[in-house]
Amino acid sequence: MTDISPRTEPGDWATDQEVRWCPGCGDYSILTAMRMLMPELEVDRENTVFISGIGCAARFPYYMNTYGMHGIHGRAPAIATGLAMARPDLDIWVIGGDGDMMSIGGNHLIHALRRNVNINILLFNNMIYGLTKGQFSPTSEVGKVTKSSPMGSLDAPFNPVSVALGAEAAFVARTHDMDRHHMMDMFRRAHAHKGASIVEVFQNCNVFNDGAWEGITKKQNRDANLISLEQGQPIRFGADGEFGVVVDNGAAKVVSVADVGVEALLIHDEGKADPSTAFMLSRLSRGPFEPTPIGVFRAVERIEYATSSTSQLAMAHDDQGSGDLAALLRSRGTWQV
Amino acid sequence: MTDTAPRELPLQELDEVIIRFAGDSGDGMQLTGDQFTSISAALGNDLATLPEFPAEIRAPQGTLAGVSAFQVRISDFAITTPGDAPTVLVAMNPAALKAQLHNVIQGGAIIVNTDAFNERNLEKAGYEDNPLDDGSLDGYRTYPVPMSQITRDAVAEHGVKPRDAERSKNFFALGLISWMYTRPVEPTMEFINTKFRGKELVIKANEAAFHAGYNFGETAELFESHYEIKPASLPSGEYTNVNGNTALSWGCVAAGQLARLPIFLGSYPITPASDILHDLSALKNFGVRTFQAEDEIAAAASAVGAAFGGALAFTTTSGPGVALKGESLGLAVSLELPLIVIDIQRGGPSTGLPTKPEQADLMMAMYGRHSESPMPIVAPRSPADCFNAAIEACRIALRYRTPVMLLSDGYIATSSEPWLLPDVDSLPDIGVDFHTGFNGTNEDGEGIFLPYLRDPETLARPWAIPGTPDLMHRIGGIEKEDGSGNISYDPENHQKMVDLRAAKIAAIDVPDAEISGDADATFCMLGWGSTWGAIDAAVERLQKNGKKVAHVHLTHLNPLPKNLGDVLSTFDRVICPEMNDGQLVKLVRAKYLLDVRPVNKMNGVPFTTAEIESAALQAMEAS
Ligand SMILES: Cc1ncc(C[n+]2csc(CCOP(=O)(O)OP(=O)(O)O)c2C)c(N)n1
Ligand code: SF4
Ligand SMILES: [Mg+2]
Repeated sequence: MTDISPRTEPGDWATDQEVRWCPGCGDYSILTAMRMLMPELEVDRENTVFISGIGCAARFPYYMNTYGMHGIHGRAPAIATGLAMARPDLDIWVIGGDGDMMSIGGNHLIHALRRNVNINILLFNNMIYGLTKGQFSPTSEVGKVTKSSPMGSLDAPFNPVSVALGAEAAFVARTHDMDRHHMMDMFRRAHAHKGASIVEVFQNCNVFNDGAWEGITKKQNRDANLISLEQGQPIRFGADGEFGVVVDNGAAKVVSVADVGVEALLIHDEGKADPSTAFMLSRLSRGPFEPTPIGVFRAVERIEYATSSTSQLAMAHDDQGSGDLAALLRSRGTWQV
Repeated sequence: MTDTAPRELPLQELDEVIIRFAGDSGDGMQLTGDQFTSISAALGNDLATLPEFPAEIRAPQGTLAGVSAFQVRISDFAITTPGDAPTVLVAMNPAALKAQLHNVIQGGAIIVNTDAFNERNLEKAGYEDNPLDDGSLDGYRTYPVPMSQITRDAVAEHGVKPRDAERSKNFFALGLISWMYTRPVEPTMEFINTKFRGKELVIKANEAAFHAGYNFGETAELFESHYEIKPASLPSGEYTNVNGNTALSWGCVAAGQLARLPIFLGSYPITPASDILHDLSALKNFGVRTFQAEDEIAAAASAVGAAFGGALAFTTTSGPGVALKGESLGLAVSLELPLIVIDIQRGGPSTGLPTKPEQADLMMAMYGRHSESPMPIVAPRSPADCFNAAIEACRIALRYRTPVMLLSDGYIATSSEPWLLPDVDSLPDIGVDFHTGFNGTNEDGEGIFLPYLRDPETLARPWAIPGTPDLMHRIGGIEKEDGSGNISYDPENHQKMVDLRAAKIAAIDVPDAEISGDADATFCMLGWGSTWGAIDAAVERLQKNGKKVAHVHLTHLNPLPKNLGDVLSTFDRVICPEMNDGQLVKLVRAKYLLDVRPVNKMNGVPFTTAEIESAALQAMEAS
């Protein structure tokens, strides 16, 4: 494979396939962010793979001019794990929706995260099942009225960032589809991280759950409800930074800076070995109606899975030499007739 | 007793013996049986073994549920089964006697550890009276031996703690049986020293117990004679004793080398398939990457991912796991990627009989995915044949870019037989080339890659792996346009793709069906997989009794051999013994409109030769 990356343009990463999301769907802006980021990463298209499950989000690979697989519902992290083990040389992205990743594929997601397989997982969270036309999802709020929950859903939702942190994820971030630069930042960071990285993307499904994230992502609401986590900085937000976050009695809490003073604010440290503070931050908001952090919650180094697997192979090779089939067949003793 | 002078006992020659060692699962019966097998193999006997494990790891001691047994048949002629019924039973406790006695032939020898026949053990085994005294063993030759006591005495001088002393009693039994069948002592001494290296006390104790058993046979005035079984005249060459799961693991490794591809195994532990995962996990120096997944779905899905990346990908499991893998296999059918699924069939439905064999996953292998998703099926016929079957499954998977199902079962997985080792240089090259260049042009005359443009001969699509410059492409489970592979919901295209997927599998080159036994017979037995040994042995017996009988045994279940319909229709009557409720029968009847008759058995125990012989006789009489 060539060691000088050909310079690419965002257009080089587009396929000739017509993009079939509904007009106005948040997935478009995520796709644009990804295509714009790729040339910056100086990677080759042939060494990049997009793997997805099923759902609207999961159509993503068809629109990237790389290697790609549109798999089966929920199993993309497992498919990608096999690929990453067989081919540690590749850059692998995994794309899926909240149903795909948190419901049917929840098991594979948590295991891929705890193993720390070198894949970049993008979870497009629209709090709804888009492709199957609007049933509640594992991230929908309690009481959500949909065709399958006419009297309101009974299920308590998952918080994907909390789940990821609980699953030992080493890189966890959150962004939203209304801010291309922030998305590109988060995707870039996820890509740079060796091991499993997960980015939750608040995504608007304008057909079945329109405006679900507006309370945070709409321009006029951002000052009040969007908290941007900046490494090494006190966590504060508001038009003039008048609000901040402190840890109080074992939980993160929003305060008025005037009341507590800047020194009392929590300094964001994504590199903390202990995930407890990151978890506290993930619990700060119960939904898109109150101040909600975006940015990198956690970024720590952990040994990557395929690397460990490769080193075991190398160790076995050093100890036992390269496999000799004829000797293997004789390894349990033989006799002559 | 050891100082009594050895007696001169007559040495009687036997053509075969079937010994079953039975005891509590903690008694080391598998080890004992294995070692007896190894010594006999080295003496040149033909042999076949049949281990029998309890489903629970530590079933309560002394109970029927905790009985572990190992049957070995050794002979001076070629054999294909571990034998219908033991001629010798070694019973280490009352539960073992109770669980196994019904298997033993009338007049057979029963060697019992009398020390274990105390009130508590008798009660645990559900005996009201002591079977050693109440006439239960009339009709057998019973040899009561105080094995525990003699073992304790023998090991005492080595300073073994009384509590541990009795643990060597399986070596006492092995010593006694080794004397009875004139097996040499040396190999077992070597075995003990290797197996327990570093544990001096254990080595001393086991050696002492073995010698005590050996000497007991010679000196105790209990046995009328001892026996000799001459070497069998087998084809000359180098042999090893192998069970089916090990042969399968080795076959997978061999296939990787023959295809020059790295091996990936995605698996989730399940009886009786776990040993393949264990074996392959220990072969990392062969470049084998194993992945113990979170479940069987991930195991299969990871294998699909690895295949996409250019590995020779396997997923191993048993029936319940195949059920979970179904959707991933459908994806592999649609993606047309090579993948080998190994199903070590066990009794079902649901958890069923985890340690007992069945052949009842054939229909699941054929049809156990939604829609029309054909998959080739290969089934080994004996433990050693698992090696060839693994290579054959890989050959088909690679050449035709398709998932392949390999159906073994709990019987051949755990039983063993001598295997004449192949010359590894003579194994077939099953390698295929990755696709590296454009295979089409667009309207502007520029080169493009069409991931579903098929090889006209095999209908296989090109396998272009990530990392190959210019050939970036997307594949998926949504229906694709033939050629370009682009998403297509076009009705005609879907019909075409369904037809193409079916045609590709139907046209796989599989060897013709061959007739063994009497080709000019009017009666035939049709079998597949692990029933081969019993059917083959039954054919031999029937022929000895002047009957004419043919045997057709299938390794390829999908597609079936091209000549099968013609071959079967030459017979007036065909029966098909299967460990299921008639699954191959249904396939063959449907395909050839032939009145093949089922002979079914589903009690978790493989067919005996006698059962097949009598089914054949009945069928011949009826026609
Ligand atoms: C095994 C299986 N079950 C159900 C479905 C139907 N299905 C397809 S996508 C989907 C949910 C999609 O929701 P989400 O993952 O949130 O993706 P979105 O469409 O919202 O992007 C469901 C239930 C399927 N394709 N496969
Ligand atoms: S249904 Fe919703 S998520 Fe799906 S494409 Fe349309 S807008 Fe997007
Ligand atoms: Mg969704």
